[in-house]
Amino acid sequence: MRRLALLLAVFASLAAPSLAGAQDAPVRASLPEVEDEVMCPVCGTLLGLSHSPAAERERVFIRRLIAQGKDKEQIKDALVAEYGGQVLALPENRGIDVWAYAVPVIGFGLGLAGVAWAVIAWRRRRPGDGGGPPAPGPSGEESDRLERDMARFDL
Amino acid sequence: MDVNLRTAIVVVAVAALLGFLVWGLVKKGESGLAVGEPVPAMALPTLPEGGEGSLEDHRGEWVLMNVWASWCVPCREESPALDRFEKRNRDRITVLGIDTKDLSGDALEFLREFEVEYPQLRDASGDYADAELETTGVPESFLIDPDGNLVAHYPGPFKDEAAIERFAAPALGDGDEAS
Repeated sequence: MRRLALLLAVFASLAAPSLAGAQDAPVRASLPEVEDEVMCPVCGTLLGLSHSPAAERERVFIRRLIAQGKDKEQIKDALVAEYGGQVLALPENRGIDVWAYAVPVIGFGLGLAGVAWAVIAWRRRRPGDGGGPPAPGPSGEESDRLERDMARFDL
Repeated sequence: MDVNLRTAIVVVAVAALLGFLVWGLVKKGESGLAVGEPVPAMALPTLPEGGEGSLEDHRGEWVLMNVWASWCVPCREESPALDRFEKRNRDRITVLGIDTKDLSGDALEFLREFEVEYPQLRDASGDYADAELETTGVPESFLIDPDGNLVAHYPGPFKDEAAIERFAAPALGDGDEAS
């Protein structure tokens, strides 16, 4: 048991610096990763889908920043400084842009509430559950005919 | 819910949707700025950076406003003729460059390469060119009178200096009509 504990302690001491190093090292961005989150300034499409001259210059700019060791967020910030906020494919998670994320959630919630309300209303209206007006009974003529038929079929 | 009310809501919703569609089509079909109308101005950073400028700064002058970008090949082809025109006519007309949807480093390199001396504004997002000037691409040029009204519009590159002079004839007092 002591041996196992000693072995674990040695392993932990060896692994700890490399794990810490991995956490401290900045996450190096890649071109495809950035291309999926920014727009071509002239095409109205994701940069990754465009091969216009303007898009190629934007790629050169991104590659240069990657070579300088900048991470994805720093590159996106630099692109915003160059082209303005429209260059971002996804709205920012602050200010009025938050509504871009909030509206679908609110809409989904309202939709869900609507469906729930409709289901409840529909269940209440089902005959036999006490909801809605009772069905009218058979008329006198129909009752007589029913009696005759039941007698005829020996029911 | 009353059946009539429900029908009315559906009819109003469908009418609103159709209205939006028609409005979108009409807006799309509209041309850009109209001749004789005021050309919108917007405060933009100067290029090289360090200040702010606007078309308004040139009120009282004839202005040939040229929208360009360094990545645009026709803009590169047009630039030498535009430079020569500007140097020969700067006492009669101001050439104002609007660099749009461009990287600042690339734009500065363009200005150095073509030894452009006339004033430049940087429309980095393209908001001015797209929304205010309603350009359809680059290059595009606008001839603006001293009152700030549009006199002529030239989509595409000028073939040569003579084409620029014909376009800017009202400002040059040559008596020719702008195209």
